[in-house]
Amino acid sequence: MSDTDIQDEAINVDTEKGNFKYPENYEFDAGVGLNEDTVKYISEVKKEAPWILDFRLKALEIFNKKPMPTKWADQDLDNIKFDEIRYYLSKGQQPARSWDDVPDDVKETFERLGIPEQERKFLAGVEAQFDSEASYSRMKEDLEKEGVIFVGSSEGLEKYPEIFKPYFGKVIPTSDNKFSALNSATFSGGSFIYVPKGVKLKQPLQAYFRINAENFGQFERTLIIADEDSEITYMEGCTAPKFETATLHSAVVELVALKNAKIQYITVQNWSSNVFNLVTKRGMADEGAEVKWIDCNIGSRLTMKYPGVVLKGKGARGEVLSIALANDGQHQDTGAKMMHLADNTTSNIISKSISIGEGRSTYRGQVHMPKHLKNCKNNTECDALLINTNSRTDTYPAITTRGQNNTVQHEASVSKVSAEQIFYMMQRGLSEGEAMSLAVNGFVNELMKAFPMEYSVELKRLIDMEMEGSVG
Amino acid sequence: MNTLEIKNLNVSIDGQAILKDFNLTIPKGEVHALMGPNGTGKSTLAKVMAGHEDYTVESGEVLLDGVNILGEEPDEIAKAGLFLAFQYPLEIPGVSIANFIRAARQARLPEGEEINAVDYYKELYAKMDALKMDRKFTARSLNEGFSGGEKKRCEILQMSMLEPKYCVMDETDSGLDIDALRIVSEGVNMMRAEDRAFLIITHYQRLLDYIVPDVVHVMFDGRIVHSGDAELAKELESKGYDWVKEEFAGATA
Repeated sequence: MSDTDIQDEAINVDTEKGNFKYPENYEFDAGVGLNEDTVKYISEVKKEAPWILDFRLKALEIFNKKPMPTKWADQDLDNIKFDEIRYYLSKGQQPARSWDDVPDDVKETFERLGIPEQERKFLAGVEAQFDSEASYSRMKEDLEKEGVIFVGSSEGLEKYPEIFKPYFGKVIPTSDNKFSALNSATFSGGSFIYVPKGVKLKQPLQAYFRINAENFGQFERTLIIADEDSEITYMEGCTAPKFETATLHSAVVELVALKNAKIQYITVQNWSSNVFNLVTKRGMADEGAEVKWIDCNIGSRLTMKYPGVVLKGKGARGEVLSIALANDGQHQDTGAKMMHLADNTTSNIISKSISIGEGRSTYRGQVHMPKHLKNCKNNTECDALLINTNSRTDTYPAITTRGQNNTVQHEASVSKVSAEQIFYMMQRGLSEGEAMSLAVNGFVNELMKAFPMEYSVELKRLIDMEMEGSVG
Repeated sequence: MNTLEIKNLNVSIDGQAILKDFNLTIPKGEVHALMGPNGTGKSTLAKVMAGHEDYTVESGEVLLDGVNILGEEPDEIAKAGLFLAFQYPLEIPGVSIANFIRAARQARLPEGEEINAVDYYKELYAKMDALKMDRKFTARSLNEGFSGGEKKRCEILQMSMLEPKYCVMDETDSGLDIDALRIVSEGVNMMRAEDRAFLIITHYQRLLDYIVPDVVHVMFDGRIVHSGDAELAKELESKGYDWVKEEFAGATA
C-alpha cells in the first residue's frame, strides 16, 4: 500500500461511520442567520412560555454585545460565519417512545451508529437527537416509576418548571461567555434529567447527537439535577457527516449535585473535521457531593471546552479526566476549571493530549482557592505527547491559591514517542503504525480505564485509526 | 538452507566506516560468540542486522535462510525470524509486558486469526516461572522502572515467547549479577535447538561459562580477526585484547 493510500484510508476511515447523510426535508426551518425573528420563530414552534422567550431575547442581546474571545483564543474562530448558519431545523417530530415509530431515515442513521443495540445491551435510557430535536427517547419503566425524569429541554421546562427552572441558567449564567449566550438564545434539544433523593442509577443514561444538515448549528442544552444521595452516570457521543462548510456545535451543560449526590458525565466527541465545537460545561457540587467529567475529544476542527466544577459545599469533590487527540487541521483547546468555595474540598485534573502531524493541543487549567478556605486540595497532571516534529502543544495553567493549609500540586510533561522506542517495538514484529498505536494507547492507558468498557474499546479503535495515517 | 550468513558487509555512520568487509556464517543449531574491545563495531552489527535506519550499508549481504534482509523494515526482518535482545531495552510506558508480547505474537498471525487468551497466558506464566520472574510483572509497564537485571530477563522472556530462528544477543550480560546471569543463561540454554542459531555478543568471558559456545570469534576494527572454540574466550580473558591487536591486527592490514 502506498503512503497516500494509507493516508487516505486514515482520513476517510475515521469519520466513515458518521459520514453519511439523508436528504433534508424539514417541516420547521428558521432560515439562515440569527436575529430576533429567528429566536421568536424557535420559541413559537416550541410553544414556549413567555418567560423562556424573554430569556432567549435577553441572551441574544448579550451575544451580540460580546466580542469574540480571539484575544486569547484561536483566531480560527473568526471563520465562523454567523449569518450563514441555520439555527433551527426539525421535522416537527415528537420524540418517539418506541423505536418502530421513529421515521425510517432517522432510524437508519442511528442504527448505523449502533444506538438501539447499545440501548438494549446496557443503557438505562437513550435520547437520540437529530439536528434540532429529539427523535427518540426512552427510559426503562422502572426508572420512571422511581420518579426519574429524562426528557428534552423544552419538555423539561414546560412540564416540570418547578424542578428545573430554579437551576436553569444558574450554574452557567447567560453572560458567562459569548457562546453560552448564543446557546441561551437558540437552545433546542439536549437532556433535562432529575434523579430523586436516594435513587442510585445502576445503568447509565445516554444521549446521542447528530448533525445531518449542512451549515447547521446545534445548540443542545442539558441540565442534570441529582437530588440528595442520588447517583447518575450520563454518557454522550456525537457525530456529523463531513461537509465542506463549517458547522457549529455550541452546547451548554449544567450539572447540579445536591448534598452527597454523585454525577458522572462521560463524553466521546468525534465530530467531523469541519465542526467548531464550543461547549460550556459546569457542575455545582454541594456538601459531600461529587461531580466527575470524563471527556474525550477526537474530532472537530476546533474544540474549546473547559469542564468545570464549583465546589460549593464542604467536602465536595470535583474531577476532570480528559483525553484529547489533535490531528492535521485540528486544534483541541481543552482543560478544566475548579472553583473551591468551601473548606475540605478536593479537585483532581488529569489531562492527556496527543498531537499528531500538524495538530495542536492546548491545555488551559484554572484552579482557584480563596484566602478564607482551609484544607482544600488540588492535584493537576497534564501530559502531552507529540508524535511528529511539527505537532504542537501548549499549556496555560492559571492557579490561584491562598489561605491556610490548602495544597495545590501541578505536574506537566511533554514527551515524544522516540525513534528508538519505535525501533524496539518493530524489532518484535510490530509494523510502524502498530508500534505507534501501542505507544499512544500506553500513554492514555490509565485514563482509558475510567471509561466504561464499551467506550474504551471504541476509543482505542478511534485512536488506532487516527494513528494509521500519522507515521512516515 | 539453514544458516545466517553475513557476507562482505561494509557499514558506515555519518561518513565513518564501522564494519569493514565483515564476514560470518552461523549454521542453525550452533551458538557463536562475538567478542572484542569497545568501539569495534559489535553493537553496530547487531543493529544493522535488525534493520536500524541510522546506519548506511555500503555493500554486502546478510542472508537468513538464503534471503538477504538488508534494506528491509525491522518488522519484516523480525517476522523473517530474527530477534535482537537489546543491550539497553527501551521503556514503553503504559504498555504492559503481557499486552506487548501478545501484540507481537498477534502481528505474526495471518489476518483474521486471534490469539487464544487462555493458552497465551498459560504459556506466558510457565515461561516466567522458568525465568523466576514474579507473575505480577505481566501487568507492569514494559521495562518502566526495571533494574538492569529485570530488563534483561524481560528480553529473554520475549525471546522465549516469540521463538525466533536467529537470536542475536547484544551484551546481555552487562548489568547482571551472578544469580541473574545464571537464570538468563538457563533461559537461553533451554532454547538451544537444532533449528535455531545464536549470536552472542559479549565483552566478557563470564557469560560464556554458562552458555558454552560452539565457536568464538574475536572482532577488531570492524571485522573478525580470529576464531576458535570456547577455549579462545578463556585465552582472551587471561591475555586481554591487546594480545589480539598484536597477533592478528597485522593480518588485516
